[in-house]
Amino acid sequence: MADFKLRRSLLYVPGNMPSMLQNIPIFNCDSVIIDLEDAVPLAEKDAARHLVKRFLLNYTDRNKELLVRINPLDSKWGYEDLKVVLPAMPDGIRLPKADTPEIVERLDTLLTEFEEELEVEIGRFGILPSLESALGVINAVGIANSSERIFALAFGAEDYTASMEIERSRGGEELFNARTRVLWAAKAKGIQAVDTIFADVSDMEGLRAETELAKRLGYTGKCLVNPRQIEVVHDVFAPKEHEVEYALQVIEAIKRARQLGTGVIALGGKMVDAPVVKRAARVLRTAYAHGMVDTLIDEEEIHGAQ
Amino acid sequence: MALNSLGREIPDSYAGKRLVPYGDAWSLRPEGTVAARPVKRVNPGQGKRLSSLREAIEASGLADGMTIATHHSLRNGDFLLNRIVAEIAAMGLKGIWIASSSVHPVHAEIIPHIKSGVIAGFQCGVNGLIGELASRGELSCPIVVRTHGGRARSIIEGSVKIDVAFIAAPCCDEYGNMNGYYGPSACGSLGYAQIDAGYASCVVAVTDNLVPFPAVPVGIPQTLVDYVVAVDRLGDPAKIVSTTTRVTTDPVGLQIASYASQVIEASGLLKDGFSFQTGSGGISLAVAEKVRNAMRKGSIKGSFGCGGITGYFVEMLEEGLFSALMDVQCFDQEAVRSIGVNRAHQEISADMYANPFNAGSVVNRLDCVILGATEVDTAFNVNVNTESNGYLLHNTGGHSDTAAGAKLSIIVAPSIRGRLPIVRDRVTTITTPGDTIGVVVTERGIAVNDRHAELKEELIRRKLPVKDIADLQREICRVTGTPRPLEFEDEVVAAIEYRDGSIIDVVRRVKE
Repeated sequence: MADFKLRRSLLYVPGNMPSMLQNIPIFNCDSVIIDLEDAVPLAEKDAARHLVKRFLLNYTDRNKELLVRINPLDSKWGYEDLKVVLPAMPDGIRLPKADTPEIVERLDTLLTEFEEELEVEIGRFGILPSLESALGVINAVGIANSSERIFALAFGAEDYTASMEIERSRGGEELFNARTRVLWAAKAKGIQAVDTIFADVSDMEGLRAETELAKRLGYTGKCLVNPRQIEVVHDVFAPKEHEVEYALQVIEAIKRARQLGTGVIALGGKMVDAPVVKRAARVLRTAYAHGMVDTLIDEEEIHGAQ
Repeated sequence: MALNSLGREIPDSYAGKRLVPYGDAWSLRPEGTVAARPVKRVNPGQGKRLSSLREAIEASGLADGMTIATHHSLRNGDFLLNRIVAEIAAMGLKGIWIASSSVHPVHAEIIPHIKSGVIAGFQCGVNGLIGELASRGELSCPIVVRTHGGRARSIIEGSVKIDVAFIAAPCCDEYGNMNGYYGPSACGSLGYAQIDAGYASCVVAVTDNLVPFPAVPVGIPQTLVDYVVAVDRLGDPAKIVSTTTRVTTDPVGLQIASYASQVIEASGLLKDGFSFQTGSGGISLAVAEKVRNAMRKGSIKGSFGCGGITGYFVEMLEEGLFSALMDVQCFDQEAVRSIGVNRAHQEISADMYANPFNAGSVVNRLDCVILGATEVDTAFNVNVNTESNGYLLHNTGGHSDTAAGAKLSIIVAPSIRGRLPIVRDRVTTITTPGDTIGVVVTERGIAVNDRHAELKEELIRRKLPVKDIADLQREICRVTGTPRPLEFEDEVVAAIEYRDGSIIDVVRRVKE
């Protein structure tokens, strides 16, 4: 919980477009995923990774998490992507087609080698695996446990529906099982779960509905294809005011409880115990990121002094 | 030559008049009484109809060296100014001054008549080619750029005397009553022409829609109008109120709009009684949309929307978010429709809108205005007249008026245009003084003028990207590099008059 990092919005930016890379600092998404994979035509693979490297080296006042989606490790570009981009210090790698734990383990090993070579802390580069096939979804639990670098699991519906030989619908009923399985794996491991992109940039209602569904299920973030989608996604993930108010009451209540030497107390006729406090703490951290409360809550207040 | 308070070199005189260097936005006070014009008498049975523009020009007594005016409510669709100047040229008149409310790119047609001496100069700002050619030394005619409020002031106080006003009247009767609401050239408000009608020595109504007496509602009354001329067309309806009023979809523009609307929310002004002005550009409209949503969400009942009115503001009026619109000019067809049917959509004159020298103009009652800029400098001075190439390309409009009047003036602009940074050490031309600018919003950050210290604190509290304007400039220049300064000749091609009549800057010929 101490390394709580808000990842509501992960914006894809094509790695071969200087005009779009240049604007990365200005958008208020939580993370950016610079894409070297699907967005980049074959003829530009080489140019793009060097462009991305230059951009990252010049982006010194970093104000958001920077991930790079490399090409699959079994393609002829994947390794070269890492080699060129990692010295420019992205925060992590989005690994496409992470179908098995072994693929992620391979990336983990490579990252360790690069970290040694670059003389940076082992574990500096995170991994965000994309579960985007039937196989990946089935292996979700194994993948979640395959590397300590993994901070979240990402579900990729476009490739997933292709692998299932089905169409993706606006309601998303066909994704329900896969979404849930990815979530279980993430929550069991105690990491975040990031929902798939919503491709229709002009359909803000559809985006809102899908994000609300993802949030209800337990996802904490969503991948985006256009900066215009950030506002809706943040709006959905923002705690409602009554939730913040209740969370503040919960924290007050549990502080009183600790003074009384207990870990359980009643608030408005309902029992407040550890899971309730945990949920309240999460609401307040998110509220802080949204500027809804002024101070971050103290870990000690939540868990009590050791 | 003297330096004004903003450090700009101002010549002692220009276009035959002594210049007063700008001091500050508030202190200069008017003297004397308002301008007079001949008293008239029209007896029963006496008509006003004339059969052609030529006849009207002759009847008006227009002579060499006199001043004419038209209004720019037909915008880039206006035919009238070109036709009048062509007629004046055909009559052999010389040295005529133009004191229209604005001149648009469509009026480039008069350039040959400037070169031939028919037109001597402009007592108004110009948009487009005329200013560009003047900046390059290819046209020799003085240009005095004025704000909307400043133009009204100059006419009412008599420093600009209009000898003959030709008023394009989209709906007019034979006795001179007119409005802009109906007809093939409907343009809505005639707010600028109201000043000309009230103060010109002779007033000629020109219409392509002669209706039976009386033309109601009466925008400009028969008592002010000397002659009425019917023509086939006043303008091209497709270009009259052609502004594309659409919210931008550009993510950078939307980011700017989002910050601007958050600044408004943080300002504490967005509450019952809120009054607001914004332009018709894509970013301005995006701000308007966000403000509208915030007003809906907070059940806020605003007071009035002001300025050039768009369909957006009409929707807000009809939805009950504003109780009135104060309309000096309609920007689109929806606004034209509304002013003809909504009682709370009030036509106002440029005097009432923005003149600093009257008993109080509408801009004084504005809470918040959203404005654009071609450049901003680290002292918050704003340029809207010239572009980075140094050419005079844009008129001021109500920029300086609303900035001075509103409690909070917000400049919205992308941090980079083309390859150029918009925040500069020194703007090429000062249109609006930094003392009257509250906040500069770019996609890379928000710079707050020190006179809004509380707002600045609140924005920081809300975790908005508040930056010192010099830091913002450095950040932008890290991306763009620092442009080489432009070089100018000594020759002055235009004077930029502040709304009170003092000279805030001059535009000089660009060294090519």
